[in-house]
Amino acid sequence: MASKVTNVVFAGLGGQGVLKASDIMSETAFKAGLDVKKSEVHGMSQRGGSVTSDVRFGQEVLSPMVPAGEADYLVVLEAVEVDHNRGLLREGGVLIEPSLIGEGVLRNPKSLNVALLGALSAHLDIDEEVWLSTVRDNLPVKLHDVNVQAFAAGRAAAKAV
Amino acid sequence: MVDTKRMLLSGNEAVALAARDVGIALGTGYPGTPSTEILEEFAKLGGQAQWAPNEKVAYEVALGAAFATARAMVTMKHVGLNVAADPLFTSTYTGVGGAFVVVSADDPGMASSQNEQDNRHYARAAGIPTLEPSDSQEAYDMTFLAVELSERWRIPVMLRVTTRICHSRTIVTPRSRAEPPPVAFQHDRPGRVMIPSNARPAHRRLRAKLAEIKEWNENEGPNRRVDGEKSLGIITSGVSFVHAREAAPEASVLKIGMCYPLPMETLRRFAQSVDRCVVIEEGDPYLVESLRAEGIKVEGKAECFRFNELNVNRIRRILAGETTEEIKPFRGKPPQLCQGCPHRTVFEVLGKLDCIVTGDIGCYTLAVLPPFEAMDSCVCMGASVGTGLGLRHVLPEDEARRVVSVIGDSTLVHSGITGMVEMMYNPPATGHVLIILDNGTTAMTGLQEHPGTGRRLNYEPTGKLAYEDLARILGFKHVDICDPTKDIEGFERLVRERLADDELTLIVVRRPCLLGARKAKKMQLASEGSE
Repeated sequence: MASKVTNVVFAGLGGQGVLKASDIMSETAFKAGLDVKKSEVHGMSQRGGSVTSDVRFGQEVLSPMVPAGEADYLVVLEAVEVDHNRGLLREGGVLIEPSLIGEGVLRNPKSLNVALLGALSAHLDIDEEVWLSTVRDNLPVKLHDVNVQAFAAGRAAAKAV
Repeated sequence: MVDTKRMLLSGNEAVALAARDVGIALGTGYPGTPSTEILEEFAKLGGQAQWAPNEKVAYEVALGAAFATARAMVTMKHVGLNVAADPLFTSTYTGVGGAFVVVSADDPGMASSQNEQDNRHYARAAGIPTLEPSDSQEAYDMTFLAVELSERWRIPVMLRVTTRICHSRTIVTPRSRAEPPPVAFQHDRPGRVMIPSNARPAHRRLRAKLAEIKEWNENEGPNRRVDGEKSLGIITSGVSFVHAREAAPEASVLKIGMCYPLPMETLRRFAQSVDRCVVIEEGDPYLVESLRAEGIKVEGKAECFRFNELNVNRIRRILAGETTEEIKPFRGKPPQLCQGCPHRTVFEVLGKLDCIVTGDIGCYTLAVLPPFEAMDSCVCMGASVGTGLGLRHVLPEDEARRVVSVIGDSTLVHSGITGMVEMMYNPPATGHVLIILDNGTTAMTGLQEHPGTGRRLNYEPTGKLAYEDLARILGFKHVDICDPTKDIEGFERLVRERLADDELTLIVVRRPCLLGARKAKKMQLASEGSE
């Protein structure tokens, strides 16, 4: 049997950057040389509805969807989305939520998705430089500084817990 | 150029890349979740991609290209194939001169659709060989295979994908690019002109081809056997394969990559080689019924698993024979019309006037939800016009006068125009009011161009259909164009007046989609920058 797969679920509302966050996570794992699968449901997400996206990585990933109750990490971008997604976490799984990032810490509140990725990165054994290069690949140049700062803030916050 | 680098691609991106690499000369389609990105990505990769007014036309344009020796592709969502079913069923008789790949993207669980039809039934009904990938690599490889089979047997080949294939990203290693054959045309009147005397032998030819393809599928088909324990065997296809491998890692598995025509002897041998053989398939019991019809003893899934997508946990339940009530996945906050969306004003007024609203497919279907609750039906693309007319014909006069048909601009072009002709041809005694919600884009599927925007898929300017001119040609008494967000009372007055008289009315509510306007600005800047 393949070694353990890491399961991450991202949740939030349409327009918050849930899919961007899961893209960055999956590309980071990809660059780290792992097998990766990412799953999401499009469609009505543009209209402000609930959105989730799953990322799984490891030596060999089979299903692209994280089975309910097997998520190692649940990254939620909107406080009201926490409760009904909590059941996706396995026992002992880690919840990463907006309250982790202190008030006024982010120069641009839209970079919350990247800040929470920074928090997630503190738990994962992937080089920080790989993360940051993927963040840059996924965003226009003018947003690089603010998001690199957000990533660092999230990473520091998670390490401080 | 040999490019062997690994890429992380969605199924849609993988099909688009394969289309480019295999030398698809023309890709056509109509936008529809989850298929839309295939043509958009194909265009970005330099392919010739174009949106058609609807799937039937798209299918015919691609078929025409394949009547020459070109490699052609058409893409659509599952319900789109209903619209294209007419050419589909006869194109398997005519066959093609080049290659023709028909991509049908099914939506089990209805993430963004009005039904969860299983298009594997079309494969059998129309006699079209059909491939079913399990991940992006297979989506890529099977696009190549579809071209190869199509050219070898001169027959259209369907690539049946599902939401989880289209929108999951998995790793793909692409191949080197193929050199497509030069494009030429050869007459084949008995083979292509389907008058009965030609169609009768054509049907026999189709069945003979399918018999050969079945043999090929038995011996060389894209089917995969994973040896495991003898106590449990699983027959599966599509994305269910990877779920099933995870749910039962110890099981023996036969994964079917070509689900029509089925490799029955391979399936029979597998079923006989294991103690217990369970069919794991998403959607309808297509495989299980096909196997049982051949006398192959297999277990299927309980009826409750026909609905919605499968996943690892549900497959564990199927294997354990569990049919107790499942925990419903939480759907969360439903989508809604954007704040500031021009559609909102229209439905506020229609709700206030207590109209009977026959609706259609698009963002505006969300007007059925609170706070509007101002839509009474939504069936399929274009149905708003016909269903509104039907109601007008039979309802008592005072009620008939409350009926309004509401349709979006892209949806009207897709299949509302024939409804307008019907309006002119069989006008109800009370007349009728048709409202086109013209936001200048195909918003619901992610802002695609269409014949009413005056721009092609790649944003090049082109001819532009004016709905108001169409209504005038058809002899509608009233043709009104307005922007209710600027004058809501005026709009309410207008609707009241038009409902009160016995004439045919078209009201074009014209105001760009907020999201579309943002995109238009970006595209405009990009095209100016490139000049």
